[in-house]
Amino acid sequence: MKLGYYPGCSLNGTAKEFNSSLKEVFSTLDIDLEELNDWSCCGATSAHVTSHLLSVALPARNLMLAKKQGFEDLLAPCAACYSRLVSSQRELKLDEKMRMEVEDILEEKITNGLHIINLIQIFQKIGLDKLKEKKLVDISKIKAACYYGCLLVRPVDIALPDDMESPDSMESIIKAVGGKTVDWNFKTECCGAAHSIAHTDIVEKLCKGIIDNAEKHGADVIIVACPMCHSNLDMRQLNIMKHFEGHKPIPILYLSQLIGLVLGIDEKKLGLGAHYINTKPLLDKIKGADIPKSVPIEKLQKGVEA
Amino acid sequence: MKIGVFVCHCGENIGRTVNCPEVSKACASFPGVVHSEDYKYMCSDPGQNLIKQAIREKHLDAVVVGSCSPHMHEKTFRKACASAGINSYMVEIANLREHCSWIHEDIAEATKKAIDLMRFAVERVKFNHPLQTIKVPVTKRSLVIGGGISGIQAALDIANAGFEVVLVEKEPSIGGHMSQLSETFPTLDCSQCILTPRMVEVYQHPKIKLLSYSEVENVEGFIGNFKVTIRRKAKSVKEELCTGCGLCAEKCPIKKKALSEFDEGLSNRSAIYVPFPQAVPNVPVIDRSVCTYFKTGKCEMCKKVCGREAIDFTQQDTFVTEDVGSIIVATGYKLYSIEKKPEESIYKGYGEYGYGKYKNVINGLQFERIASASGPTSGEILRPSDKTEPKKIVFIQCVGSRDESKGFSYCSKICCMYTAKHAMLYKHKVHDGEAYVFYMDIRSGGKNYEEFVRRAIEEDHVNYIRGRVSKIYEEDGKLIVKGEDTLAGLPVVIEADLVVLATAMIAQQEAPKLAQTLNISYDKYGYFQEAHPKLRPVETNTGGVFLAGACHSPRDIPESVAMASAAAAKSLVLFGADMLEREPIIAKVDESTCAGCFYCQKVCAYNAIEKKEIRDRQGNLKKVVAFVNSGLCQGCGTCNATCPSKSIELIGFNDDQIFAQINAFAEV
Ligand SMILES: Cc1cc2nc3c(=O)[nH]c(=O)nc-3n(C[C@H](O)[C@H](O)[C@H](O)COP(=O)(O)OP(=O)(O)OC[C@H]3O[C@@H](n4cnc5c(N)ncnc54)[C@H](O)[C@@H]3O)c2cc1C
Ligand code: SF4
Ligand code: SF4
Repeated sequence: MKLGYYPGCSLNGTAKEFNSSLKEVFSTLDIDLEELNDWSCCGATSAHVTSHLLSVALPARNLMLAKKQGFEDLLAPCAACYSRLVSSQRELKLDEKMRMEVEDILEEKITNGLHIINLIQIFQKIGLDKLKEKKLVDISKIKAACYYGCLLVRPVDIALPDDMESPDSMESIIKAVGGKTVDWNFKTECCGAAHSIAHTDIVEKLCKGIIDNAEKHGADVIIVACPMCHSNLDMRQLNIMKHFEGHKPIPILYLSQLIGLVLGIDEKKLGLGAHYINTKPLLDKIKGADIPKSVPIEKLQKGVEA
Repeated sequence: MKIGVFVCHCGENIGRTVNCPEVSKACASFPGVVHSEDYKYMCSDPGQNLIKQAIREKHLDAVVVGSCSPHMHEKTFRKACASAGINSYMVEIANLREHCSWIHEDIAEATKKAIDLMRFAVERVKFNHPLQTIKVPVTKRSLVIGGGISGIQAALDIANAGFEVVLVEKEPSIGGHMSQLSETFPTLDCSQCILTPRMVEVYQHPKIKLLSYSEVENVEGFIGNFKVTIRRKAKSVKEELCTGCGLCAEKCPIKKKALSEFDEGLSNRSAIYVPFPQAVPNVPVIDRSVCTYFKTGKCEMCKKVCGREAIDFTQQDTFVTEDVGSIIVATGYKLYSIEKKPEESIYKGYGEYGYGKYKNVINGLQFERIASASGPTSGEILRPSDKTEPKKIVFIQCVGSRDESKGFSYCSKICCMYTAKHAMLYKHKVHDGEAYVFYMDIRSGGKNYEEFVRRAIEEDHVNYIRGRVSKIYEEDGKLIVKGEDTLAGLPVVIEADLVVLATAMIAQQEAPKLAQTLNISYDKYGYFQEAHPKLRPVETNTGGVFLAGACHSPRDIPESVAMASAAAAKSLVLFGADMLEREPIIAKVDESTCAGCFYCQKVCAYNAIEKKEIRDRQGNLKKVVAFVNSGLCQGCGTCNATCPSKSIELIGFNDDQIFAQINAFAEV
């Protein structure tokens, strides 16, 4: 299977471990990821708050590149990139005037027919049976809280075909590889997203709510599929620890990292050392080791030694 | 032929854009016209007198009136002419209002067009023939479908007027949703107390034949003459033997397995059951889907204990046919489900409210049962999960209503009122409790309705919060209700013990099927369609079929009862005469040219084409031709257009008349 790969900016920056874990997983599964040549920014939040045309045209450029480079499927693991790409594709299909304008800018005819898929969809496409077959490590000792955030399941008509208000597609993947998930209440609550920069206090509060609820329902780890969610929940947890007394930190893993663990891929290759919240206790728990009752904060903050 | 022409100004409606005197003057010169005049209001008494006078004085044979749409006043002018001695069908209307003055601005052009329209009508009327109305006999009996308060009211009204009624109810008992209600707005009188006497009256009425646990299977015929086939579902109990002692239900081993429909799933019932103690008829039925005997062939407990030998496991569905003259549909509504039912694609449901995941998120009817003295908690307000008294209760309005993305765009109309009632009932029973209502608008139009809501707010201190709830989730036995107060512009979080969703009133799921059986229309939501939204609100497009209550649109009890009485009155109007008069505008087959292809039968939407055998004197079959059932034919003309051998004429709209009109147009 030849798969077009649109990593987007985050996966080359703050979400490097998303990128590396994903590549490791796909090579283990014998799937060729071919990075889109000469890809550019999807526009993210900045484009659509600046100019609507820009927010459609920037993804359109990448969509056309993918077409020209002969891809049928394009994997966009970042939830924001995914959302921008599918939104733009839909608008170009429905709004002829917009399509003509964008064609003008790109100086080429826009053709349709590309499949844009996100991380959850690609696992569904590969087939849960195949994942099961390749399973090497048992993760049944830990419980995962699957966190979808906003962009994976919204807007309802174009995003992941799942229930917008109580999705469960991530859970079914984890359950398929023998993992346990918790039934919790904050699956789709907002993490604060880009407010992280300007209103850190708000984001801390929102993330605190999400983390607390996951823990309350017995989760050992929160699983995400979005770089923004990850950085808010993982990085901002340091501040949360400072501002909320007695906060119990919880590791935040990308779905690809968890699947990587199941496939027996080396922890370092999966980038599990690059987290702000130490993943070691979780890894120990998976292996069945007794978890230390209290891990000193400094140790948690540093992350595992690479 | 002497033709009289009358041009109406319709006040300013026509007169403003059409120069009526000029039209009248032009008409006077048309061949055949012997009289022409204009007047401000032709439909008024003096106006009609002008027509009558001219008919008498000038011995007119035909009349053309230029006025509003024939829908409005064709009948008026026909009657006026008939009273002056000419046949009603020698009158033609030229629509100078809807077809001319209302849609044009230029006076000269509009006047020109009006003159043309008049000329077409004059040419047409020359080919009119005197016609007689068709008379059909009336069966003076009614069928009422649905035994909720609407059906009960309609049945009683008709029966009390001295006519027979067949009341068909699909459930084991009549009563409908009203029997489930605790107290009713705006007076807070006990629902059962006002309803049960009427249910008993229905049962005892010598003129009412109650067929419970039955459904209408097929309807044939036409206004005044319907033949209805009714399926009587097997109760597994011989109605004539049962005394309603209730022993069987008491001894039935399936006590906890079946959820009580009457208590909206908040309690259980046995396999053999009556829905509620006051049921009418008080005869149990066996729910074969849960009965041990029907599942395993063993048990027969009810049979053993019944002293009357009334239990009959071998009973089959039976069919009865009834002849009736009118049909009243009163099949009511159901509630939008708060459970996740993906197979019901009509709505998407509210995942954010838990999809029926939380025991303490209930719907309005469930709250009615909890608040009802005959309910599972004997009227004590106790929440389902742990039977404790909720100290904080949240009501959410417009769940599924006014929400196109998840439900329906219409307003369910009654939930603002019953929510205020619920909050009040709660406060009257839980004095130290707090009640919150999330609303979009408070719609409380109706006599004493707004006052009722104000009472809830001002006297019972119910907290009304304007805004939507975004999410409900359960944490440590509390329901966390997150919403927005749009007046304060603030997010609100309430830790509630019980949440009541005012879910939309929706059409019965099988309503479209019933509509097809009855040949009536329904709207995109499945509600039955009235013939005219203002002037014929209880009639349907099929003559003799009337609507009552919430099967037409969301309605409360007073409105349902009023509508039911109106539908009964419409039936009684029908029964007022022995013969029914019908417009003679129907299709007629020329038997000499009819080739018997029966294309007409295929296209007729009213099943009005029948087969007729033509035999010679010796009785040998010569041919089979089409025959129009004058009772069923609605005069739509589809067969007329379809017939390849031009053997069907639409009386009153025959080719001569139409071509005369077209030729007059071609001459322009
Ligand atoms: C929570 C709640 C509270 C309410 N409180 C009030 C209140 O306080 N005051 C008020 O005025 N109104 C109130 N109402 C509204 C009230 O319930 C309705 O106005 C009333 O029940 C309508 O009566 P109906 O006979 O038209 O329909 P229904 O009560 O629905 O009765 C219809 C009957 O037809 C039967 N039926 C359905 N389909 C068929 C079929 N195909 N063949 C044969 N039979 C069939 C049904 O079994 C049922 O018996 C409330 C409604 C709700 C949901
Ligand atoms: S079936 Fe027999 S036992 Fe049951 S209520 Fe009727 S008479 Fe009583
Ligand atoms: S009646 Fe009130 S609660 Fe019901 S849908 Fe209309 S506005 Fe909403």
